[in-house]
Amino acid sequence: MNNIHQFYTKGEKEIVILSFKGEVTSGLLASILKLLECKIEESEEPIIIKRKITNIVVECLQNLFHHTEKFDNSSKISVNTVLFIVLKKVNEYTIITGNYILTKNVIILKNKLDLINSLDKLELKNIYRKTLTNGQISNKGGGGLGIIDIARRSGKELSYKFDKIDEKYSFYTLRVSVALNN
Amino acid sequence: MEIIILEGTLKTPTIEFNPFEGYLLIKGRSIPENSIEFYQPLIEELENYFITPQPTTKVDIQLEYFNTSSSKCILDVLKKIEVISESSKVNINWFYEEYDEDMLEAGEDYQAIVNIPFTMIEISE
Repeated sequence: MNNIHQFYTKGEKEIVILSFKGEVTSGLLASILKLLECKIEESEEPIIIKRKITNIVVECLQNLFHHTEKFDNSSKISVNTVLFIVLKKVNEYTIITGNYILTKNVIILKNKLDLINSLDKLELKNIYRKTLTNGQISNKGGGGLGIIDIARRSGKELSYKFDKIDEKYSFYTLRVSVALNN
Repeated sequence: MEIIILEGTLKTPTIEFNPFEGYLLIKGRSIPENSIEFYQPLIEELENYFITPQPTTKVDIQLEYFNTSSSKCILDVLKKIEVISESSKVNINWFYEEYDEDMLEAGEDYQAIVNIPFTMIEISE
């Protein structure tokens, strides 16, 4: 993104509902969620869409909070910063998250996302139920349930990208869509 | 046995548990910082209740949304209730807003996992 104006006047009509870039704290998550809820409530979307967006945002924010890297003195980049954007396009909402992860963990995450994307609605339901029953939760969250929950609510393929920054860190971007015409 | 009354907050649900009347209510939103910590007192009271339950136990669950770490804790609560249902007649009322198919599905997920009768109740606006 070299030109902010270019981004601003992109061909497709896009409204930024909310965007945040920086260090994430638990208090901040609560504020972002509250702000988003106000905006969603004000919008005239059907209840099911409002709930989907809110649930996906909750899971995404919690994933960001739990999986974000700790501040690294030895790194030139601020690895403890995250990106969070909610966009509204004509036919869908898009929730974008970005955070640094360890490069060595990219392949595991990629495989997981590819697996989830390969499942149909019924298979997703089954894997959710299985993970719910068998999964262990820790202070890091739902034990893998979060991303399955996100995929289920979205009903669309999870779009992702890994940008390798250096040997230690990569930047992971996730885009989740909620279609308005189901 | 102790009565639990916890008022809901922006992140935690209302919890009412009356072991003397055999009634449990979980209502609101569940996105606590630490869900295990939040649900632990209820789990413990349910374990106590199991020893001397009422002949019938009514459970109302009316959630607006809950995060995935809560969903695991809610399953733990339901599993305790499943054990209680061996010596008490239990029914779970799972409420969902009209058109909120995701919340209905969430109830169906639990219904598939635990062996207790569920009644799905739609709330109209």
